[in-house]
Amino acid sequence: MSATGARHISRWTGAWTWALGLLGLVAWQQAYAQLLAIAHWLTTSALRLKAGTRLASAVEFFLYEAPKVLMLLVLVVFGVGVLRTFFTPERTRQILAGKRESTGNVLAAALGIVTPFCSCSAVPLFIGFLKSGVPLGVTFSFLIAAPMVNEVALVLLYGLFGVQVAMIYVSSGLTVAVCAGWVIGRLKMERHVESWVYEVEVGDAPEEHPSWADRLTAGRRAVPEIVGKVWMYVIAGIAVGAGIHGYVPTGLMARYLGAHEWWSVPVAVLIGVPMYSNAAGIVPIVQALLGKGAALGSALAFMMSVIALSLPEIVILRRVLRPRLIGVFVGVVAVGVTAVGYLFNAILPATGGR
Amino acid sequence: MRLQVLGTGCAKCKALTANVQAAVTTLGLAAEVEKVEDIPSIMKFGVINTPAFVIDGKVAFAGRVANSTEIEHLLREAT
Repeated sequence: MSATGARHISRWTGAWTWALGLLGLVAWQQAYAQLLAIAHWLTTSALRLKAGTRLASAVEFFLYEAPKVLMLLVLVVFGVGVLRTFFTPERTRQILAGKRESTGNVLAAALGIVTPFCSCSAVPLFIGFLKSGVPLGVTFSFLIAAPMVNEVALVLLYGLFGVQVAMIYVSSGLTVAVCAGWVIGRLKMERHVESWVYEVEVGDAPEEHPSWADRLTAGRRAVPEIVGKVWMYVIAGIAVGAGIHGYVPTGLMARYLGAHEWWSVPVAVLIGVPMYSNAAGIVPIVQALLGKGAALGSALAFMMSVIALSLPEIVILRRVLRPRLIGVFVGVVAVGVTAVGYLFNAILPATGGR
Repeated sequence: MRLQVLGTGCAKCKALTANVQAAVTTLGLAAEVEKVEDIPSIMKFGVINTPAFVIDGKVAFAGRVANSTEIEHLLREAT
C-alpha cells in the first residue's frame, strides 16, 4: 500500500514539476522579449543618459547584453543538465567500445559535447575507455572535444559574437578533435601509454536509472553550479564589449593579430597552449582581442589552444601517457588549431562579431 | 557502516566529502568516512566519473556532488 501511495505522490509532484517548468519557460520567454525595451528605458529614463552619445550606447549595450546572455545561459545549462542524465560517461563508453576508427572518432567527438566531463576525472575516464575496448585514437577524440566544445562556450559565443562565430567554433572544434584523434590512432601509439594502465582492474560500472524527476533535478542543480562559476566572466566579457562598442580599432592587436601577418596564428597558439582556463574565462579576452582588431581566425585559435591544451592537464595526463605520446597529443592538437586559425583568417579576414 | 568517497582530490571531491561528513553528523552515525584517491582503487569500483560515493562497498552514485539531504536519504535507506 505504501508503495502505491509513494507512486501517487511522485506522479503528482511530477505533474507539478512539468506545470511549473512550462510556466517558467513562458515567463522566461516574456522577460527575454522585453530585454531591449527595458535596457533602453533604464538608459534613457532611469539613468537620464542622452540617446546617441557613446556613453549611452555603451551603457545600453551592457544593460541589454548582460541579462540576455545570462538568461540564455540559464536556459541552456538547465536543458543540457537534463540531457546529460541520458549521456553518462559509462553509457558513452559502452557506445564507443569496439567502434572502428573514423566513425568512432566522429561519434566520440559528438558525444564529448553532451557527456559530463570534469578534467579531474580525465585519468579514470581514459583508463575506463581503453580497458573496455575503446581505441586509443577514439578516446583522444573524446578527450579533446569534451572540454573544448560545450554548452557554455556555445552560449557565450552566440550571445557575444553571433550565430556565425558560434557555429564556426563548434564545427572547427569538432573537426580538430576528430582529426587529431584519428592521427593519434594511425600512429599506433598504444605502447606509449604507461603500462600500469593496462594492468588496472576495472570493476563493473554501477548503473543508475534516474526518473524524470531526478533528471529535472539534475538540470536545476546544474544551473547554480555552472552559472555560479561563470557569470563573472560573462559580465567581464560584456563590459569589455561595451567599452569598445562603437570604437574604431586601431590598436596594437590589429597590427599583431591581424589577418595579414602570417605568424599571428602560431604566436596566438604558442601563447595559448600553456595557459589554463575554461571556456567562460577566455571569452572576455577574445572579446577584447576582436574589439582591438584581431582577426577572427587568430582569436579562435587562441581560444581553442587555451581550452584544449594546458600545463595542468598535461601534468595530469603524464600519469598515464609516456612523454612521446604527450608530445604527439600536444603537437597534433596545436597543428589542428593553427590550421583552423589560418582557414578563418583566409575566408573571414575582417574582424568577426557583429 | 563503511563510507568511502572516491576522487582524485579535486574541489568537487572535497565538496562531496564535506557533504557526507555533514550527513553522518546529522544522523549521528558511527561511521568513518574514508577518502580513496588512488586511481587503481577507484577503478576497482568501476567508477570512471569522479567524485563517487560508496556505502559498504556499493557505489551509491558517481560523477556528481550530491547535497547532504540526498546523502542522508541514501544512508537511511542503507541502514
